[in-house]
Amino acid sequence: MPTALEIFQKLPKTNCGDCGFPTCLAFAMQLANKKISLDKCPHISEEAKQFLEASAAPPIRLVKIGSGDHVVEVGDETELFRHEKKFFHPTAFVLLIDDTASPEDRKQKVEHLKALTFDRVGQIMSMDMVGVKAVSNDPATFASVVQEMASQTDLPLLLVSENPDVMAEGAKAVADRKPLLHAATPENYERMAAVAKENGCSLVVRETTSLDNLADFVEKVKDTGVEDLLLDFGPANLGDMLRNLTIIRRLAVKKKFRPFGYPTFVLAEGAPEDAAIITALGTMKYASVIAFDEAEIPLMYPLFTLKQNIFTDPQKPIQVKPGVYEIGSPTPESPVLITTNFSLTYFTVSGDIENSKVPSYLLVADSEGLSVMTAFAADKFNAEIAADLVKETGIEEKVSQK
Amino acid sequence: MAIEIPKENWRGRIGEVVIGATSEEGGTRTKKIVLGGENTLPFLDFDGELPHAPVIGMEILDVVRKDYPTVALEPIQDVKDDPARWARKCVEEFGSDLICLKLVSTDPEEEDRSPQEAAETVKEVLGAVGVPLLIYGCGIDEKDAKTMELVSNVAKGERVFLGLAEEAAYKSISVASMSNGHGVVAFSNLDINLAKQMHILLTDFGVKKENLLADPLMAALGYGLEYSYSVIERVKLAALMGDAMLQIPIVCETTRVYNARESFKEDPALGDPKKRVVFWEAATGTSALVAGADMLIMRHPEALAMVRRSIGELVGGGT
Repeated sequence: MPTALEIFQKLPKTNCGDCGFPTCLAFAMQLANKKISLDKCPHISEEAKQFLEASAAPPIRLVKIGSGDHVVEVGDETELFRHEKKFFHPTAFVLLIDDTASPEDRKQKVEHLKALTFDRVGQIMSMDMVGVKAVSNDPATFASVVQEMASQTDLPLLLVSENPDVMAEGAKAVADRKPLLHAATPENYERMAAVAKENGCSLVVRETTSLDNLADFVEKVKDTGVEDLLLDFGPANLGDMLRNLTIIRRLAVKKKFRPFGYPTFVLAEGAPEDAAIITALGTMKYASVIAFDEAEIPLMYPLFTLKQNIFTDPQKPIQVKPGVYEIGSPTPESPVLITTNFSLTYFTVSGDIENSKVPSYLLVADSEGLSVMTAFAADKFNAEIAADLVKETGIEEKVSQK
Repeated sequence: MAIEIPKENWRGRIGEVVIGATSEEGGTRTKKIVLGGENTLPFLDFDGELPHAPVIGMEILDVVRKDYPTVALEPIQDVKDDPARWARKCVEEFGSDLICLKLVSTDPEEEDRSPQEAAETVKEVLGAVGVPLLIYGCGIDEKDAKTMELVSNVAKGERVFLGLAEEAAYKSISVASMSNGHGVVAFSNLDINLAKQMHILLTDFGVKKENLLADPLMAALGYGLEYSYSVIERVKLAALMGDAMLQIPIVCETTRVYNARESFKEDPALGDPKKRVVFWEAATGTSALVAGADMLIMRHPEALAMVRRSIGELVGGGT
């Protein structure tokens, strides 16, 4: 956002008062503070309007994929490092299904997708989107599988085909779900953009030869009128991916380079472990949407955990839910321990109890996410709080020793 | 249009540190390792140079206790009671660049083995492998003081790195290290200011910067990884901005993964424990590297292999 003075330079400077403020400078200050919108000035020049709108736009566009209550938001990031503020929109994970898979395989994959839900430190971790790949390259087949997926899950959809005829059928079939389309390429982009526009979809822009060419290509696609774009440069390897995602983020955030002011897309290909490493790197370093073919639980669980870690607000520690936690299979004779709800404290204490192999009850007090010493010092963990917790949790009923 | 990469012109550079000494330097290592020297963030070769790719060492314990997780025991079952053979297996079969030998058995509360026994173990491991060594005590200051003195002597000329120096216990380990031209690993507990403080304490005490490695505590994935990740990023950024007291190569252990039972416990809902823990450790290691680690100390050979492949791709490839 430009400063009040920068905005003032672009205003008519007539102090006409038509905006409701006595002077143009007063109006500029309101604009800079986002208290009022630019259209309140009836005399603003078209050039000034464009400049101000462009500079007021976030460095990376917020793109919404999906419709109704089932929307994934990506983009709108402002930082290069999470400690500077935070990363706002967690990377969206997409599980891909081939449209040539047998009905039985598709059914299994959907069931697997639904089962991939974990509750970790009180947060639900699950897949964000489901994608269909037009391996058949046949419009009717693709459309029917896409429709099937749409009927079986509420998740936002990704449609994958570089053939505009195939994409057109698929997108039409689920237009009300506002899917993400992958991808517009230099060969197909005019027709692909038309499909996106007709169906109100967001569109991945794929240009794998170089970032220079990607920047040019984004401009071309933008000129077709599609605004919700994602960038896919087709990483050649992990190093290429890290460097290019960094360059894109830097240009967008530090230079406000508009062609790269969009969320990024990575297709994580290869064996499950390789795709998992790509996904891990992308989650840490600026990938907005990552799609992969397999979602093996022992790989997905750590990946979800990584996403949870990286996208935690550095100012707000993760908290566990206050209450009683049973560790092992405690009996009325088991010891009762008490600690605070800072996640690291909880993990340390519960880990030590697990390792001690003594089944126990662990009471977790609401210390607003502070560790034991800090909470004690801040009077957020004291005798009264401990006594209240004992009463509230009804732990007295569960144990015989007092 | 040709895009213009917004380059960072960092003023600072991480110092180079040599670990191990070959016959040329008066030691018996068949190779030495050079770390550091970079003046850019990890793998961002368009901003500066990264003369030395990150290295990976493996952890060896001089006693494997009952609580050592089975999933980690499986690859070393045949050598776990013989640190020398264990070390050889790490180097020859698993491709470890160096060995991090932990003399945990010297703990007075546990096996309480003598400094002499510990020094014997060090001698055996030095004889079994040609790679450089990091050697850590049990963490009990009074005992480590005695152990490290002997260890330093038996490793004379080999340029090993002794650890872990902590804020409350760094003097004896530093003396042991300096007396025979070894190095010191400085530990700090998840805090950039503490890391800097440690390096100031050590250099004021006489340890030269080129004899220092920094261990800023790498937490396991799911167990505070985000804190470590950001502390390491901030240490690296501060170093590149010119803070001399942070221009020290960083070593991160991924072994805390095995304190987090979630990563390997039997639970059908979480899938195959081995596959899970291997990736858990590899993901933890990858995070450390992306944040700024110059060296990893790892436990599972398959996790090491996975990270090794990643490093190959991260340092190569071009843009």
